[in-house]
Amino acid sequence: MTPRGAQTPVTPSDPGDSLLQALVRRQWTHGGIDEIAMAEIAGRYGVSVGEVRGVVHFYAFLDDASGVTHDIRVSDNIVDRMAGSAELMALLARETGLSPGESRGPARLSFTSCIGLSDQGPSLLVNGLAMARVDAGRAAQIAERVRRGESVSRWPASWFTIEDNVRLPGRLLRGAFAPGEALGRARRIGSAALLDELEASGLRGRGGAGFPTARKWRLCAAAPGAHRVVVCNADEGEPGTFKDRVLLANHADRLLEGMAVCAAATGADIGLVYLRGEYRNLLDGLEGAISRLRAAGVIGDGFDVHVHLGAGAYICGEESALIESLEGHRGVPRIRPPFPVTRGYRGHPTVVNNVETFIAAAMVALNGPGWLREEGTPQSAGTRLLSVSGDCASPGIYEVPFGISIAEVLERCEARDTRAVQVGGPAGSLVPATRFDHRISHEDYSTGGSFMVFDDSRDLLDVVTNFTRFFTHESCGFCTPCRVGGALLGKRLDKIAGGGGTRVDVETMRQFAGVMRSASHCGLGQTASNPVMDLIEYFPEAIDARLCSMDYAPAFDLDAALREARELTGRDDPRAHLDRSEA
Amino acid sequence: MTDKVKVATVSLAGCFGCHMSLLDIDERLAELVERVTFDRSPFTDKKILGECDIGIVEGGVCNAENVEVLREFRRRCRTLVAMGACAINGGVPAMRNSFSVRECIGESYVRGIGVEDPQVPDDPELPLLLDQVHPVHEVVRIDYFLPGCPPPADTIWAFFTALLEGRDPTYSYRQIHYD
Amino acid sequence: MSVLIVDGREIEFEPPATIIEACNKAGVYLPHLCWRPDFSPHGSCRVCTVRANGREVAACITAAEDGMRVENTADDIVEKRKTLLSMLFVEGNHVCPACEKSGNCQLQAVAYYHGVTAPTLTYFYPPRPLDASHPDVVIDLNRCILCELCVRASRQSDGKNVFSIGGRGIDAHLVVNSETGRLGDSELDIDDRAAHICPVGAILPRRGAFQTPIGRRKYDIDPIDVAGDASEGET
Ligand SMILES: Cc1cc2nc3c(=O)[nH]c(=O)nc-3n(C[C@H](O)[C@H](O)[C@H](O)COP(=O)(O)O)c2cc1C
Ligand code: SF4
Ligand code: SF4
Ligand code: SF4
Repeated sequence: MTPRGAQTPVTPSDPGDSLLQALVRRQWTHGGIDEIAMAEIAGRYGVSVGEVRGVVHFYAFLDDASGVTHDIRVSDNIVDRMAGSAELMALLARETGLSPGESRGPARLSFTSCIGLSDQGPSLLVNGLAMARVDAGRAAQIAERVRRGESVSRWPASWFTIEDNVRLPGRLLRGAFAPGEALGRARRIGSAALLDELEASGLRGRGGAGFPTARKWRLCAAAPGAHRVVVCNADEGEPGTFKDRVLLANHADRLLEGMAVCAAATGADIGLVYLRGEYRNLLDGLEGAISRLRAAGVIGDGFDVHVHLGAGAYICGEESALIESLEGHRGVPRIRPPFPVTRGYRGHPTVVNNVETFIAAAMVALNGPGWLREEGTPQSAGTRLLSVSGDCASPGIYEVPFGISIAEVLERCEARDTRAVQVGGPAGSLVPATRFDHRISHEDYSTGGSFMVFDDSRDLLDVVTNFTRFFTHESCGFCTPCRVGGALLGKRLDKIAGGGGTRVDVETMRQFAGVMRSASHCGLGQTASNPVMDLIEYFPEAIDARLCSMDYAPAFDLDAALREARELTGRDDPRAHLDRSEA
Repeated sequence: MTDKVKVATVSLAGCFGCHMSLLDIDERLAELVERVTFDRSPFTDKKILGECDIGIVEGGVCNAENVEVLREFRRRCRTLVAMGACAINGGVPAMRNSFSVRECIGESYVRGIGVEDPQVPDDPELPLLLDQVHPVHEVVRIDYFLPGCPPPADTIWAFFTALLEGRDPTYSYRQIHYD
Repeated sequence: MSVLIVDGREIEFEPPATIIEACNKAGVYLPHLCWRPDFSPHGSCRVCTVRANGREVAACITAAEDGMRVENTADDIVEKRKTLLSMLFVEGNHVCPACEKSGNCQLQAVAYYHGVTAPTLTYFYPPRPLDASHPDVVIDLNRCILCELCVRASRQSDGKNVFSIGGRGIDAHLVVNSETGRLGDSELDIDDRAAHICPVGAILPRRGAFQTPIGRRKYDIDPIDVAGDASEGET
């Protein structure tokens, strides 16, 4: 069983670089990567042009032609939709004369998956830089400048300000220390004691899966290898999550120190941060923090940290796909085992943790295990940063103790008439009001932090269709159930939403979901049917109300299928039409 | 006569090959005719479809008329069967699905080799083409599928005997073929 | 020697081995498409899904453990496989009557084995290209199931790197590693294993078509559990 990636060289030449990073740079400097550039880069990185093409076409933010000067991508998360992203798109299209999704010409307009600004939507990226709260006035100004062809570098800086929206800070957000303090204590007590303390603290991963952090670090420390690697997962791709954005913007020093603590515990010498492409505006700040901590001696000596940028692929948040991406490849999840802790980046034992996990680990290293245990539940120690968005008066970041009920969170964020909450993003759970007494914790509703609120004016079928489309768009395409099953689910949902669905379609969706859950290669496909299944289970009325009365309905819109022939022949007589209802 | 099973058959976007295979059950045909009567079918000259026990459809759905005939079959036949590759997945006619209707019509009536008096036919008597050829199960509910291009006579026989005996049809390994 | 219990039957195996390796050695057939004994396991088609100690896993990438109970023929497992096979059919354009591989095709064979009379999901009819630029080999992507056997054969057997995957999600597709993206400009040679490994009719050596008439081909004679994987070089 030789996994993919195992053949890559064992001595990293430059862990800060890869084919993907070269492509990302080229995209910035030349507005895309044309065939000539691909051939040139292929030569430089010793791979075939076909492989380079394969990588370019995998990442949504890479273009295969150069010269894109204005690349506008409107965030397509359902919460952005609720804030008016569809209207924003229509306005931009009208005012710029661009057609959405058209991939030709120097100026482009398209939708993109959630960019991590659900608390201040509608939002968009211009040449990779985030812009929040884009109202009609701002949209008109943007369109004006696009029409004039004015370089984005000359647009007012104030347009790009992002709010933190920290509504409820707790011990993690408040905790501060001088550079080197946490690492200093970690070194003083030694790695064995540090790992014991971390274990006693009960810290579990904050990226969603909740794996005990000490156990992961121990496995990595124990694995044989000439190098060890610490990777910070700053991909934050789960729609509705934005807490890492705030942590990266304001607490990068503590994050880096947490990575250094991990290096001290595991003996790692290579540190990598995988920053999602959507957060390119945070890159300078992060590089600044790296310089500061190098100057302070926290990193740089025996353990250094480099930043890699993602390029628009949710799957790259999955740890083994993330490692593939760090190595410069397409973000396809690896076969596991072996897990990254024994064979990760370039074959070396690798710890992958979430941003929040590293900061919490730094706090434990500084303060001892009790610091985390003072809050939370026995199974879920400490606090959890929730990214709250949707139908509530105060969207933003809430640091809450584990064990808090959903109802309490709703009260805190001043949500009214709530019909449902999507806890943990599309990959998580759609929670009905009858379950709002349930708790945010590993033993009840575990979550990577996304908390999207929908009040009783919302059409949940719409919500679920948006989530399903997200997964279809983000599937890496490697395995059959997710690649095909997701697309098939989407077709059925569209059919139901269009009023042409029947009971049979609901049963068929169950069939697809069963296969996707149990047979998919990675977490994306295994969870991609959750929204649909939760809707069927908890909100059957949202579907039933849309089903047609027949026991069967065609798979496609018959009358629309005749449209082209009608246009060609100029006919519009009764025989030139087909009725859907007449089966 | 009255307790005979009533069967109707039709060829939509198909080549009649499946119907030929139906006749290919040879001497068993006599046995079949003992037990069934044919309603509307290329085998009879009945034009109007009556209430039937079994409807057998060859060919995919490529135009508006196919849709109407297929719906009529679904309304009148208690059990509806898709016979052959084209009914099941569109088959060879569905190879036009990678072209637009404009391209297909253009090639056949306007630009194609040997076309005289190029024009797009627009007579209301002619059925309009769907933008793609579809399998029959995407237009109506189908109860059974008989694979093959055409389905082997043995497969067809296994199907009939099972149905006439009130069983769900099962097939031996060699009776399932897609070619 | 360790023991695996497959549908109640005990088979011995030498660890380390995957479930499918253990079964293959013992002559127990587990349906599969992207797995071949002499290439690294891939795990993409998922047709080898079994229940092992109560958990559904892909047998080609899951280690066999001593005493492990494997369900290969349980009804629900077979139903899932049929759905997966149907997904592969509707995703591409499989016109078997017009395909040179018919009768020797592994996708067909596994579907026959499981008694699939028809894939009844919604068909995609994707527009996919055909590449006839190579003098000896044709690629028809209408039939590609993304098993990546050609990708692996080229890299692992031929010491070349002729194929890669491009796109993602439902748009994922095979790409040819050549300057122009065309097969004729690649390093592929008719004697390469990659030219013959395709288990379906997507990569076809020229001039071999229909040498054995339909009806007398590999899977016309015997089911795949007897006949084995699609033969290399047979169209
Ligand atoms: C499709 C998918 C996407 C994921 N995205 C993220 C992500 O954006 N950020 C993250 O921290 N973890 C993500 N994860 C979880 C990671 O695989 C991994 O478990 C996590 O980074 C481990 O860190 P932790 O133990 O600190 O939580 C994702 C998992 C899957 C299956
Ligand atoms: S489940 Fe989806 S994302 Fe994961 S490997 Fe399979 S196709 Fe890729
Ligand atoms: S590749 Fe196999 S399944 Fe596809 S058309 Fe050819 S014979 Fe049929
Ligand atoms: S061309 Fe054939 S061998 Fe290659 S990936 Fe497609 S189906 Fe597999």
